[in-house]
Amino acid sequence: MTRTINFTLNGEPVAAEIKPHHNLVEVLQREFNLLGARESCGQGMCGCCTVLVNGTAVSGCLYLAAFVDGAEVTTVESLASGDTLSPVQEAFIEAGAFQCGYCTPGFILMTTQLLDAHPDPDDDQIRHYLSGNLCRCAAYPEIVNAAKLAARKRKAVTSG
Amino acid sequence: MATNTVLDGGTARVGDQVGRSPPRLEAREKVTGRAEYTHTMRLPGMLHGKIFRSTVAHGRIKSIDTSAAKEVPGVYRVVTSEDVRKVIPEPYYGPAFHDQPILAIDKVHYVGEPVAVVLAADPHVAEEAAQLIVAEYEELPAIFDEVEAAENAILVHQELKPAGTFADLKHLKGRKGTNIALDFKLRRGDVDKAFAAAAQVFEHTFRTQKVLHLALEPFASIGDWKETGLTIYSASQGPSFVRTEIARLLGWPENRVRIKVPYLGGGFGGKLYIKLEALVTALSMIVRRPVKVALTMEEQFYTITKHPSTFRIKTGVDKTGRITARKCEVFWNGGAYADIGPRVTQKSGFTASGPYDIDNVWIDSYALYTNVPPAGALRGFGIPQLVWAYESHTDMIARALKIDPLEFRRKNILREGRPHATGQILENAKHERALDRVAERLDWAKPFDRGTDTLRRGRGVAVAIKAVISPTTSVANVIIAGDGSTTLFCGTVDMGQGSDTAMAQMVGQVLNIPTESVKVVQRDTDVTPYDMGTLGSRSLFHMGHAVRLAAEEARDKIKALARDVGEPEGSNIPLAELFKKKYGMQAGNIVGTGIYKPDYVPPDPATGLTPNATPFWMCAAAGAEVEVDTETGQVKIARLVNVVDCGRPVNPKIVETQISGASLMQLGFTLFEKMHLDAGQVTNASLADYKIPGMLDIPAVMENEAVDAHQSNGPFGAKGVGETATFCVSPAIANAIADACGVRLTELPLNAEAVFRALRANADKPLGDE
Repeated sequence: MTRTINFTLNGEPVAAEIKPHHNLVEVLQREFNLLGARESCGQGMCGCCTVLVNGTAVSGCLYLAAFVDGAEVTTVESLASGDTLSPVQEAFIEAGAFQCGYCTPGFILMTTQLLDAHPDPDDDQIRHYLSGNLCRCAAYPEIVNAAKLAARKRKAVTSG
Repeated sequence: MATNTVLDGGTARVGDQVGRSPPRLEAREKVTGRAEYTHTMRLPGMLHGKIFRSTVAHGRIKSIDTSAAKEVPGVYRVVTSEDVRKVIPEPYYGPAFHDQPILAIDKVHYVGEPVAVVLAADPHVAEEAAQLIVAEYEELPAIFDEVEAAENAILVHQELKPAGTFADLKHLKGRKGTNIALDFKLRRGDVDKAFAAAAQVFEHTFRTQKVLHLALEPFASIGDWKETGLTIYSASQGPSFVRTEIARLLGWPENRVRIKVPYLGGGFGGKLYIKLEALVTALSMIVRRPVKVALTMEEQFYTITKHPSTFRIKTGVDKTGRITARKCEVFWNGGAYADIGPRVTQKSGFTASGPYDIDNVWIDSYALYTNVPPAGALRGFGIPQLVWAYESHTDMIARALKIDPLEFRRKNILREGRPHATGQILENAKHERALDRVAERLDWAKPFDRGTDTLRRGRGVAVAIKAVISPTTSVANVIIAGDGSTTLFCGTVDMGQGSDTAMAQMVGQVLNIPTESVKVVQRDTDVTPYDMGTLGSRSLFHMGHAVRLAAEEARDKIKALARDVGEPEGSNIPLAELFKKKYGMQAGNIVGTGIYKPDYVPPDPATGLTPNATPFWMCAAAGAEVEVDTETGQVKIARLVNVVDCGRPVNPKIVETQISGASLMQLGFTLFEKMHLDAGQVTNASLADYKIPGMLDIPAVMENEAVDAHQSNGPFGAKGVGETATFCVSPAIANAIADACGVRLTELPLNAEAVFRALRANADKPLGDE
């Protein structure tokens, strides 16, 4: 039943023993102690389990771990380098864009992907892009503000 | 787009900590994904428990066949109530009534009630095995509706079992033959006489639906039994209560039970009292290993919900438009176990007649048992259900009298210095000011764009007050180390509301140190002292006072230490130097303690009246502008204005997110959230079928404001705000819909189907049932 998968996790080559029914979130938590992607609804509706596979956001609770064999997996834990937060993480703090924080890693990964695709997004683009992530504390207005602030921060980094 | 405005600047002066908006202390942990939550915690050697649940709403358990489950490779143990009773002989718990068994005993009382648990090291094995358990029931007639339940046709429980914790529930002990868990009565003046003398009398009935907290971190607890005692890790809003209740169940002293609470992934009132803590206690004692039970999203729908309600309200007015009498009958659907329902019934019952100056008031508020999943506290403690009814009713009266709804409210509003229905003189209550600010923001006096034939525009307002739950106690310790660094120990649980930061600001204010330098210890009942619970917007006021007192005691001890080592008065010698002078090295501590419990006078049992029902009033007003598509019934919220009186905001930015978040949560309960039940079975128990507000549901324009206020008896002029902006959202929108297209909805949610059906009924072309 068990098999070994090899993949790149946050830039490092890794291997894991998995069973066919294991999803990506539980493997990240159990094998690598990466707890930022969390299962909440278990149906891919809330975005708390967001993980990037080969650069594209997936719902880690629905994504079988077996599928990442040979792939590049990126989690929220990779965004900060040492003590330096990413512009999106900084913007979420400055805009007060979370309360309980449970959904926050998912929003931060999606916002990062949004800004990769649309470096200067308008409100509609932000809302559309982030509509697959849910926040029960409803910090939505602040999250929209954070996305805009992050866009400005990223531009300042590239132009500076 | 949503604009989140106001609260600019705050009230801080240079050097102040209270009144400024530092980011949350735990912000970096949250954005890096490293904040710890119970749902993702693991202990070495831990087993996972998966629950097998009842499939009938009411029935006698004839048999539970666990043989197939036990045969699944990897299953460690299957546990039923028989096993539980060997370690906990009387396994019934609850904050108001000891009515809820850890696992069902003899009978089941709702669909989804825990009946058995499978334990395995691999949660997938436990889950698979749980599906192989077979239970047989002798089905009994069940009752689901709160009004029908009051008539006693079918009994959910044979006898009431009040916990004895609350003095005003003791009289219910041993009461039989009823589903009424509590009846709260308030009698003021003579309503019958006033109705007879009234120029007009209005009577309406309003209902609210069953909705869910739906915290994104589902319920989770880990029990770790050892010879020396028990440790429980839990997503709990009330670790002190959990400790007391588990110690009672075990017959142990409290100091052998330790509750540790990391950050909560949302609570909203759901994670109060006992949820999974008693279960993991029993399981860990049975197997003598750590046991974790972490629910799925679906299982949250079978655990605790908001109270559905039916509210019959009757109001008499004189010919000048003054309200002379109001009679309120409120039925709270508490589900199969009381949880905190009886307190919701009483505490919200206090203000059922609304923020109005009425001489004759009659309130009957009933907590009912039914055969549906239990109901408890949900962000407002019953108040949003009441305000929905009385503020819709208020608008209906104003329209019937052809008085402007704002004017009608101003004419009748209860002002400071006047007695509230309870008899308490109203103080520090700026609800009228909040209503004024809503009206100003909506330009109420100016002409309003009423839209087109098929896209009708309307607007509505609402105003409300809440009496904070009382009396409750909070304790805090401030400990200063030999290097001068400061740590706060308090039991208030930060579930996202930012309490750690606000409490640290208060410590910083008293000790004149930066907020960011204060460490707030994670909740751990071995070290954090007693607190009644993080609930009902009580913490900032009650714990705030305790924290202030603890910091003040520490400050006084610093001064005494300075005197002791011969420093002149007003010396600004660093704290570390003081310790070094006293103890010869970096050593010693200063410990400051604060305890706070406000005064309270219990209501007279016959009249429900009391001169002191609450230490503070929470005050809110809201305004909504809507667009109704008369061809589809779709309602678009063009503008939502929320104004509160929260005293002086300790952290203006966090206050703003509380106002905004509370109102958006209530927006979901208003427009679309609803648990559907069929014969007691929840039929939409998932996020795929139960929609909560998302990014695209934010009103086009949203404005949030806290009026300029200072709570005279509050810590630094502050009071709680977590629930306040939920109160008025539902009626403000219903009133706006009525204003837009003439249909009056009396049952939540106000979804497109309900609006369209009402439009068709108004046009004498009602739709059929399908």
